[in-house]
Amino acid sequence: MLAAIAFYIFAAVTVAAAVMVVAARNPVHSVLWLILAFFSAAGLFMLLGAEFLALILIVVYVGAVAVLFLFVVMMLDIDFAELKRGMLEYLPIGGLIGVILLVELGMIFSVWAFAPEAGTLAAAPAPAMAQVTNTEALGHVIYTQYLYAFQAAGLVLLVAMIGAIVLTLRHREGVKRQNIAAQVERRRKDAVELKNVKPGQGI
Amino acid sequence: MEITLTHYLVVAAILFTIGIFGIFLNRKNVIIILMSIELMLLGVNINLVAFSAWLGDLAGQVFALMVLTVAAAEAAIGLAILVVYFRNRGTIAVDDVNLMKG
Repeated sequence: MLAAIAFYIFAAVTVAAAVMVVAARNPVHSVLWLILAFFSAAGLFMLLGAEFLALILIVVYVGAVAVLFLFVVMMLDIDFAELKRGMLEYLPIGGLIGVILLVELGMIFSVWAFAPEAGTLAAAPAPAMAQVTNTEALGHVIYTQYLYAFQAAGLVLLVAMIGAIVLTLRHREGVKRQNIAAQVERRRKDAVELKNVKPGQGI
Repeated sequence: MEITLTHYLVVAAILFTIGIFGIFLNRKNVIIILMSIELMLLGVNINLVAFSAWLGDLAGQVFALMVLTVAAAEAAIGLAILVVYFRNRGTIAVDDVNLMKG
């Protein structure tokens, strides 16, 4: 009973926040709604028993991705009112496609069923939650059975990091920069010159 | 009032649809489009985790982890492209991105 109430609360908040992400006038508000949607989705994951993924969702999405979005939205000086113009123009077609998609998915929900042998086909059977925690069980399969997939994920992140740096790095001309080698190379004779000034004559 | 797998699938489907709807609604604003894609991936993740929990198979959660990784990488690259595009053109309206083709 309590789980059902929690599910309905989390689901309602997730969906409402998602709607506000799309509909908010101010992109900063959109990002904040996105954070709320991720938090509620993390609650849904918790209800499903996927504790590790729930906390990863909060750490990675709220802590990194959403803050990245917020950073970019605030850094770029954009006229959002201009971008919002013509939004109503796309409302009918977007709404139509959304409704069609939702109806199609709803038709699937009314008829689908598990295959009889589905329960026996588990690639990585989950141990009982009472014996092993979700995080530990996930660690057991990630570092053995799915090691290559895990490494591939690391590679994806590495490529993304390099790509982001390569895309945004630029060398501007005419900017004064510190040249440490030149500073160390500098000797006394380069900087100071002694002049023998005769009395009463000047240089 | 038992919560079944279908309840979770319905939430995931609604999230996915909202994501697609958002892409159509904010055709000009790349930032909102990226956020809509994040919403769609979140819906996919809920699907994966729900099936994983119901079938007792951890593979679904491993795959959800991969989806999270790819989503983070996609957001980073997308925003980097956005920053470069803004630096070059002074706007992020995607209507005329095709002006950049070489």
